Amino acid sequence: MSAHPPRDPWSGLARHTPARIALGRTGASLPTEEVLKFALAHAQARDAVHTPFDAAATAEQVRGLGFETLEVASAAPARDTYLRRPDLGRKLGEESRALLGARSAPAVDLALVVADGLSSAAVHAQAVPFLAALKPWIAQEGWTTPPVVIAREARVALGDEAGALLNARAVLVMIGERPGLSSPDSLGLYLTLGPRVGLSDAVRNCISNVRAEGLSHAAAAFKLAWLLKEAFRRGLTGVDLKDESDDFLVEGKPPLRLG
Amino acid sequence: MTYVHQVGSRRYAFADLKDLMAKATPPRSGDMLAGIAAATAEENVAAKMALAEVPLKTFLTQVLVPYETDEVTRLIIDGHDQAAFAPVSAFTVGDFRDWLLSDAADGPALARLAPGLTPEMVAAVSKLMRNQDLILVAKKCRVVTRFRNTIGLPGTLAVRLQPNHPTDDPAGISAAMLDGLLYGCGDAVIGINPASDSLPVLDKLIKLTAEVIERFEIPTQSCILTHVTSSIELMNRGAPVDLVFQSIAGTEGANRSFGIDLAVLKEGTDAARSLKRGTVGQNAMYFETGQGSALSADAHHGVDQQTLEARAYGVARVFEPLLVNTVVGFIGPEYLYDGKQIIRAGLEDHFCGKLLGVPLGVDVCYTNHAEADQDDMDTLLTLLAAAGVTYIMGIPGADDVMLNYQSTSFHDALYVREVFGAKRAPEFEAWLERMAITGADGRLLPSSGAHPLLGFAKERAA
Repeated sequence: MSAHPPRDPWSGLARHTPARIALGRTGASLPTEEVLKFALAHAQARDAVHTPFDAAATAEQVRGLGFETLEVASAAPARDTYLRRPDLGRKLGEESRALLGARSAPAVDLALVVADGLSSAAVHAQAVPFLAALKPWIAQEGWTTPPVVIAREARVALGDEAGALLNARAVLVMIGERPGLSSPDSLGLYLTLGPRVGLSDAVRNCISNVRAEGLSHAAAAFKLAWLLKEAFRRGLTGVDLKDESDDFLVEGKPPLRLG
Repeated sequence: MTYVHQVGSRRYAFADLKDLMAKATPPRSGDMLAGIAAATAEENVAAKMALAEVPLKTFLTQVLVPYETDEVTRLIIDGHDQAAFAPVSAFTVGDFRDWLLSDAADGPALARLAPGLTPEMVAAVSKLMRNQDLILVAKKCRVVTRFRNTIGLPGTLAVRLQPNHPTDDPAGISAAMLDGLLYGCGDAVIGINPASDSLPVLDKLIKLTAEVIERFEIPTQSCILTHVTSSIELMNRGAPVDLVFQSIAGTEGANRSFGIDLAVLKEGTDAARSLKRGTVGQNAMYFETGQGSALSADAHHGVDQQTLEARAYGVARVFEPLLVNTVVGFIGPEYLYDGKQIIRAGLEDHFCGKLLGVPLGVDVCYTNHAEADQDDMDTLLTLLAAAGVTYIMGIPGADDVMLNYQSTSFHDALYVREVFGAKRAPEFEAWLERMAITGADGRLLPSSGAHPLLGFAKERAA
């Protein structure tokens, strides 16, 4: 018997799916190599959830793009509370509410919130390059933005409170998505018009799977800009605003202008 | 009515039956999130002691969710079979546990009793039971259903083949489907969770699975896990729908959040049966459930999540489904925090479903933000196999690349068969042998690159 159980003879089909097919077997069980590969993927996904969010470094990089920043925290004091109490992750902590509320906020178009969510790894990897890709669209459309909010132990709805305090017409929350075994660092984008406390997810537009192997930063930035322009034009976000931005791609790439 | 229990000098009072039930439940994060869990370990046991004294009959007069405003409560109360209930009608919840574990409660007695039990009675007794009690009693229950094969016979355990793909690519789905079949999985159903909800895509997937089943004469059924109204529409357009799927929950409000009510479930059931696509039976529905869904929909009425889950089985059973599946660890740690809570919930759900006469399978699973791993899943899988679970999921390498969670794999199914000697549905077992996928002992034969099933996948890939 050879040391390594062979993969199954249909392993050529594996190119059609990211699923773990044709793994081979030893008796009823997985070969050692596959057990270890799976363990590694799970370890990476776990680390993506539990690695502390480096808000200071993220803020510094965001400032490097030419934005101002404000660091805030949700009402969840620590990761394990955050995981058990989604309600606390949806609202600002008292100090953070005071920080945002203390600003005399002139009306702005778009509040930007970078939130750790369920994958700090996603935010560390994707938030800054995505913002870099979005910035030219913001400039081109002349949208005004307050300082970028960097939020710790935060869920999507925290953006509603932050956006309202910042007197913004719309809020974009850039948040680490629940990590999958083969996608531990995927960023989600949630766009909400007229942010205020108490909104449901039905009034948001979501762009998910923003990462190198998924939706590229450039493609995601165009999609977001298209949705925001439509949201301002039609006065809504959510289930009634359908994403038709793909119709405007030129040879599969974002156009130079929103039109 | 208030319930009280004295522990030494400490007097515990419980405002009503639903408060007592919530406080008596083994600890879990969802009930804490709802603010209804016992405050201390002692209060939890005091509540169990008080619950043990409650007559089973009480559940017929003191409903936990109002009869007037909840059609699930009306379904349970109006459909209760007094004659079937008679043998246990004088029992308290504690007596009922003792009886269930006794030799008198054999398979036929439990099957006769099922229509006389309400979900609340079953949930109540589960709260007094240890894990081994849940396993022992479930093992005695026998629920058999049929469509193109026979699910739930003694000594069998079926597997749902779940060949999901992140973009519903037919070549990718075919590859995973063939992988599963060649690993001897798929007797419960070939069931795809589509990424898309567009009808043309769903239609294409239904035809793809139907084509595989027809061409290779596989004694199994297919299902596209989309909304019941989409399945009805697809049937109206002539699509070859075998099983109609729907997620269901234990309150009218939670079902409304899924966009359904009992009437539309009946419509789906009638439509599927009218196609008469089953060959050995017409159990044509496939339901999925999971603790926490009612709280998530803000429709829990202050009732604990395990009791509401049992009520979902009360909904399921009137539609005589082929399969019901609790997706136990999918919902996340705010409802079931860790491996311990997921294991307990999986055993409770299986016990409650079986006692109510529902063909209960379990998606033994977890997400990456829960405190759980493959070792916990191995434990739950092994316990459920000991309890005679109807079916489990089969996913390539246990990694669902569409839904982003981990469940059980084709290899896991082989493991259970090795350890427990569990067979597949007999029609499917015979087909595997005919196709030279397994030998006479049910074990996989060495795989060959020339199997006719592989030709199908290569055509799809071309």
